[in-house]
Amino acid sequence: MDFLFYMGDVFTPINFGLLVLGTIGGLILGATPGLSPTMAVALLIPFTFKLEPQQGLILLGAAYTSTVAGGAVSAILLKIPGAPANIATTLDGHTMAQKGEGAKALQLSFLASAVGGLFGVFLLIFLTPVLAQWALAFGWSHLFWLAILGVTVIGTLDSSSVVKGLLAGCIGLWLATIGFDDMLGAQRFIFHPSVSGGINIIPALIGLFAIPQVITMFAKGRTPLGAEVIEVKKHPIGDAMREVGRRKKALGIGTMVGSIIGLIPGVGGQIAGLVAYDQSKKASSESEKFGTGHSEGVIAAESANNAMVGPSLVPLLTLSIPGSPTAAVLLGGLLIHGIFPGPDLFTNYPQVVWPFINSMLFGQILMCIFGLYVAGLAASVARVPHSVMAAVVLALAVFGSYSVYNSMGDVYVMGALGLGMYFLERFGFSAAPLVLGLILGPIAEANFVQGAMTANATVGIFNFFFTGWLNILLIAIIVLSVSYSVWMELRQRRYTTKDDAVAKEEALS
Amino acid sequence: MTELPRVQHIIASGLIAAVGVCIAYISYTQEPAQAFLFPRLISSVFAVLAIWTFGKAVLGKTKVGNGLNGTALKNMAPGLLVMIVYVFWAAKALGFYTATTITLIILISLYDPAPHTEAKSWIKRGVITAGVMVVLYLLFAQLLYVFTPREIFA
Repeated sequence: MDFLFYMGDVFTPINFGLLVLGTIGGLILGATPGLSPTMAVALLIPFTFKLEPQQGLILLGAAYTSTVAGGAVSAILLKIPGAPANIATTLDGHTMAQKGEGAKALQLSFLASAVGGLFGVFLLIFLTPVLAQWALAFGWSHLFWLAILGVTVIGTLDSSSVVKGLLAGCIGLWLATIGFDDMLGAQRFIFHPSVSGGINIIPALIGLFAIPQVITMFAKGRTPLGAEVIEVKKHPIGDAMREVGRRKKALGIGTMVGSIIGLIPGVGGQIAGLVAYDQSKKASSESEKFGTGHSEGVIAAESANNAMVGPSLVPLLTLSIPGSPTAAVLLGGLLIHGIFPGPDLFTNYPQVVWPFINSMLFGQILMCIFGLYVAGLAASVARVPHSVMAAVVLALAVFGSYSVYNSMGDVYVMGALGLGMYFLERFGFSAAPLVLGLILGPIAEANFVQGAMTANATVGIFNFFFTGWLNILLIAIIVLSVSYSVWMELRQRRYTTKDDAVAKEEALS
Repeated sequence: MTELPRVQHIIASGLIAAVGVCIAYISYTQEPAQAFLFPRLISSVFAVLAIWTFGKAVLGKTKVGNGLNGTALKNMAPGLLVMIVYVFWAAKALGFYTATTITLIILISLYDPAPHTEAKSWIKRGVITAGVMVVLYLLFAQLLYVFTPREIFA
């Protein structure tokens, strides 16, 4: 019950102000198509650099929570999901809005998000210390395998091709070795002075997530947004609350599915909403109404999206393995404040971690309250033309990556990585495993080198890294995740024609 | 898969394979060997996976990634050029605020669907650029105290 002790820290004027700012800002950013939660949090990190770690994390946590929920606004009112996580919300949410029930759909979406989100944060509160206690038993070899597990799980589950996902992870791990070696001070792969000190995480994150989006907007050319905002009529909030209460099954399925998916590293919110929608439809007595503007569809999808936020931070805070790409960006936010997540995080930095987690609890409630009021404004922002959005994001990326260390080298690294990532994405590679490789690379290397030194002096490399039940368990999970993904890929290929796959990819891009 | 994406896949995966092989070569030949222990491990896997991907592309068995089509390339080319000039040259040479102002007005004009012949749309673009610059100045110069490279007009 340590979290209760730090509850008051959320309500200091600065912390609470940042929580409100992050929530409202996140709702607006989340509603903006093309600005994914990952990219929004990445662009926000430079602003936290001058803040205290506790304050910075509260701002980032609030933005993470509310960008996921904010995406529902444009999904409902414009039929454009603010983020991939909101795809399922468009199915019934937009149909409800077309029928004149836009306000009701928004209210249901924010209420369901708050319920799912609160459950997810409570899971985070109660699971994290337990897992952290267990993780204290981890030695060098286990931490090495954990880092590799983080990269392979995201590489295989987040990518449409297992080989390309793993290759992206390897590219990230290699990028992490650029610069001076920590043990001997030897230069490695320094092909330009900009990378002599290694690749800094924040500019890399901004480049990898923001620049491909900017170029994607360029690729659309001079096309108008082509989406009309549906007018929102008034709807009593009490009715919406009663409706959520009546749809307990959809709410329960959404919350549980989101929480479980959030706990699995790499799976993320994109599929949480879709899986919850599908399961809810199968379990519903009114399954034929799904897709025609049925409230259960909105409730299941949105409760799942927000329920995954809290659990996705469990592996991050205890094992340094982010549960989603946005959690990976949050890890970058922790690292720039000199905070290394791991089993001893709650012992070394309770004054930072608990207020951060507690703020996410209150953030869910604030998100629900503000969401209902700023939905109209957020929908207007969602209509900002691509031309303006691309230019603004590019400017923010340049200023943001420079501001962290006042270094032009970081701006060049950001630009080069962003350009490279756009082209890699066009050929089926995904940014998430690359980012994980970049972030977990130093952890993997430090533990591998220290483990190898110890092994050479004691039991030998093979015995040190490949024996012991924990090593074998971690290796088995790595092998299983890769095998499962290969099986899924082959199975999907058998039932999907090439034209279907191309059409699906075009739709997603 | 049509012929154009196949050629594109061969070129892209060939480049990645070349990088993978280069990294593996450097890792195994550079000294001190102890400093390249981890890069050797990573680069070996990197090279194998990259060559595998290249082999699949050559055989036309690549299943994911649509490559680039002519329309997208034509659309993005001017923006990409402006972006490269801004990031890699103008931001430092002209100063952040000058370069950003010029970049914003060019990009917004390039991709704004409104006609270029109307004075109204130019005024709108100017107002948006000025507004964004004010926000950027307040955020980075006044709030975060970020010292950017010297402006060319300063």
